[in-house]
Amino acid sequence: MAVLNEEQTMLRDAAREWTQENAPTTALRKLRDGKTKATFDAPTWAEMGQMGWAGVIVPEEHGGSAFGYLSLGLVLEETGRTLAASPLISTALTGASALMLGGSDAQKAEWLPKIAAGEIVATLAVDEGSHHAPEKIAFAAQKNGGGWVLNGTKTFVLDGEAADLLIVAARTSGKGTDGLTLFLVDGDAPGVTRTHLSLADSRGAAKIAFESVEVGADAVLGEVDKGWAVLEPTLDRARAGLAAEMLGTATQAFEVTLEYLKTRTQFGQVIGAFQALQHRAAKMFTDLETARSCVEAALEAIDAGQDVRATASLTKARVNEILHLASIEMVQMHGGIGMTDEHDAGLYMKRARVAEALFGGTTYHRDRYARIMGF
Amino acid sequence: MADFGGTDLEAFRAETRAWLAENYPASLNTPMGEDDAPWGGRQFAWKNPDAKLWLDRMAAKGWTAPMWPKEYGGGGLSKEENKVLEQELRNIRARPALMSFGLWMLGPVLLEYATEEQKQKFIPPIIRGEIRWCQGYSEPGAGSDLAALQTKCEDKGDHFLINGQKVWTSYADQADWIFCLVRTDTTKKHEGISFVLFDMTTPGVEARPIKLISGSSPFCETFFDNVKVPKDQMVGKLNGGWEIAKRLLQYERQNISASGFGGGGGLDLVEVAKKEIGVDEQGRLDDGDLRARIAAHRMDAHAFMLTVRRAEVESKASKGPSAAVSIIKYAAAKMNQDRYELMVEAMGLQGLGWEGEGFAKDELAVTRGWLRSKGNSIEGGTSEVNLNVVAKRVLGLLDHQ
Ligand SMILES: Cc1cc2nc3c(=O)[nH]c(=O)nc-3n(C[C@H](O)[C@H](O)[C@H](O)COP(=O)(O)OP(=O)(O)OC[C@H]3O[C@@H](n4cnc5c(N)ncnc54)[C@H](O)[C@@H]3O)c2cc1C
Repeated sequence: MAVLNEEQTMLRDAAREWTQENAPTTALRKLRDGKTKATFDAPTWAEMGQMGWAGVIVPEEHGGSAFGYLSLGLVLEETGRTLAASPLISTALTGASALMLGGSDAQKAEWLPKIAAGEIVATLAVDEGSHHAPEKIAFAAQKNGGGWVLNGTKTFVLDGEAADLLIVAARTSGKGTDGLTLFLVDGDAPGVTRTHLSLADSRGAAKIAFESVEVGADAVLGEVDKGWAVLEPTLDRARAGLAAEMLGTATQAFEVTLEYLKTRTQFGQVIGAFQALQHRAAKMFTDLETARSCVEAALEAIDAGQDVRATASLTKARVNEILHLASIEMVQMHGGIGMTDEHDAGLYMKRARVAEALFGGTTYHRDRYARIMGF
Repeated sequence: MADFGGTDLEAFRAETRAWLAENYPASLNTPMGEDDAPWGGRQFAWKNPDAKLWLDRMAAKGWTAPMWPKEYGGGGLSKEENKVLEQELRNIRARPALMSFGLWMLGPVLLEYATEEQKQKFIPPIIRGEIRWCQGYSEPGAGSDLAALQTKCEDKGDHFLINGQKVWTSYADQADWIFCLVRTDTTKKHEGISFVLFDMTTPGVEARPIKLISGSSPFCETFFDNVKVPKDQMVGKLNGGWEIAKRLLQYERQNISASGFGGGGGLDLVEVAKKEIGVDEQGRLDDGDLRARIAAHRMDAHAFMLTVRRAEVESKASKGPSAAVSIIKYAAAKMNQDRYELMVEAMGLQGLGWEGEGFAKDELAVTRGWLRSKGNSIEGGTSEVNLNVVAKRVLGLLDHQ
């Protein structure tokens, strides 16, 4: 655990208490089994807003608390423990980051206070296929008089159906990471069609089609054709923050399993007495600890304004791996009961795979790490 | 057909091929979906009447159980003939005529341990798919430690009286009969267990479905409240059920691994990966890391297949199981799970759809299949328990306590 200051300790303890009480895994089940296709529970999100969680990274002049990324990570870790569904990742982390990194004074003044208050949902619309591939964006934006017109489809957009503000990564010229531009688009703008995609993790995402969607010149976030300069650091913040959430998920999966190893008896002894399981538990613990070091280092580096590209990829890859493992072991070490819907193990495993794929799978980040390191 | 000298086998192949050409219903010439699985039994609703026709035709020849004795309705085929039959069935991509715990697990032990009357009574309906069986082994406190089971069976003079609870009983709510392990002596662990058969409609039997993480509900909790069972439905000796139980588990594991867990939604891992990720100028999967892991998996699968083949040949030569047999259930479970994990990874979020718009039917089947595959290393004895068996019985290593 990083050395936390008093504020951070209080924030973490409050987040733990609140999520365990108000957003336990039963809340996710309710969301899943409910009639609407919402990706989060609106009253829960409203309460998070009131507690200030939506504005943890937002500067004070825009209504936030400016506690920084490590602090937001503490909250995310707690919500990850109980699989609490909320727009913290889409809005409070990713949306806020993009605006803070690339927004003009006017854009910041317009959107950040609303984000900080939990009044709106904002999301980054970046991917166009089943795999995270920001370098391959093809989605087109063309000059249209003084403004722009957007055509194409974004998919697996987090909280995309509920989003008031879409931050759309589009190609305005060039190839690869050159020639990208970010646009702020109203979620209800004419020409925007959103479709619910139901995913295994019970949260889902949206496919968003843009048909001749017109925006003004003031919709550009950052500079035209230089969107990568905003997009890449935004994505790294999203990766590090999501990793914090996933670390919480993995930690909880591990702790629930460890408890089971200490209580379930077979052959006249607790199953945790079998060395075959002991070593695996110990190995998982080792991996969890190294993953935690990465998460904290990445978040601290962001707060310190350092280049976090390598650390972000390191972190996402490591956390992907430990959550993958901890979620499989949770099912396996619970035996038959781990296969039942009634037990939480399945929920953790389903969330694990979706989170692993979001903002880059293990393979993507291994490759990116190698490229950043120059080999 | 006792002479396997070649010509007879060739004749058998020709006959079989002709018979299949005539009798395999054309409407079954599509891949079998999970909801097409022909489980049979009294309550079974046949979606396609041709699937029932196929079962009846195969059963009439005894080919649902090709190597079982003819006197009980089996096919009476030799190993060699059975191999030919399997090849010919594979050639036309025939769907299985019958899927059945009776065929895979119960039948073989009945042939070995049951009385003549019991064989006459129970084996033919298994072959014809008339009675669907479920396996009443596991209990809440007795899973890996199966011999810790508590379900009580008392001798009441003219019948047995059974009280207790089973759990994880696959398809108990759809089964007609159960083969069940019960405790007939509470003073001994392994030597106090008996093996009984009874009808699931007997008063006092109740099965409640349990939903799985994949969303389906093939599991049940099964309760027995003063269930009266005729005494001639005990197989083997009173308190002699453990030996039968273990034998049946061997058949179960063999069958689980022989099937290789099949499936995959009919999708090819490499094709899927190429489609979702793309290829480089030389046609290689454009993701070196995933490519290497898929290659490693393919090599595992290949080596596994060669091992299964080797085990077959060796056990035939020595007339006993080869050492390789013990590792096969473990290896098959891991292989299937690896394949599904790679499939889900290769598909990205497209491979994690749950329902509704935006996902093709076979993509949704991958999500469910991936979740179901996690049971492979638990059902029929967990991977840990199987490895313990290998360590102790095959390698001669001592228990640590
Ligand atoms: C899909 C599926 C279908 C099934 N169908 C049936 C059925 O039809 N009928 C039926 O009776 N049962 C069925 N089962 C139950 C299955 O046989 C049991 O779940 C299994 O034997 C494990 O028992 P358990 O669930 O009680 O787990 P436990 O025995 O409690 O095991 C928990 C964990 O401890 C580990 N463990 C236990 N002992 C040891 C040891 N000595 N050394 C190392 N590790 C150990 C296990 O491997 C597991 O990881 C099914 C299970 C599944 C998943």
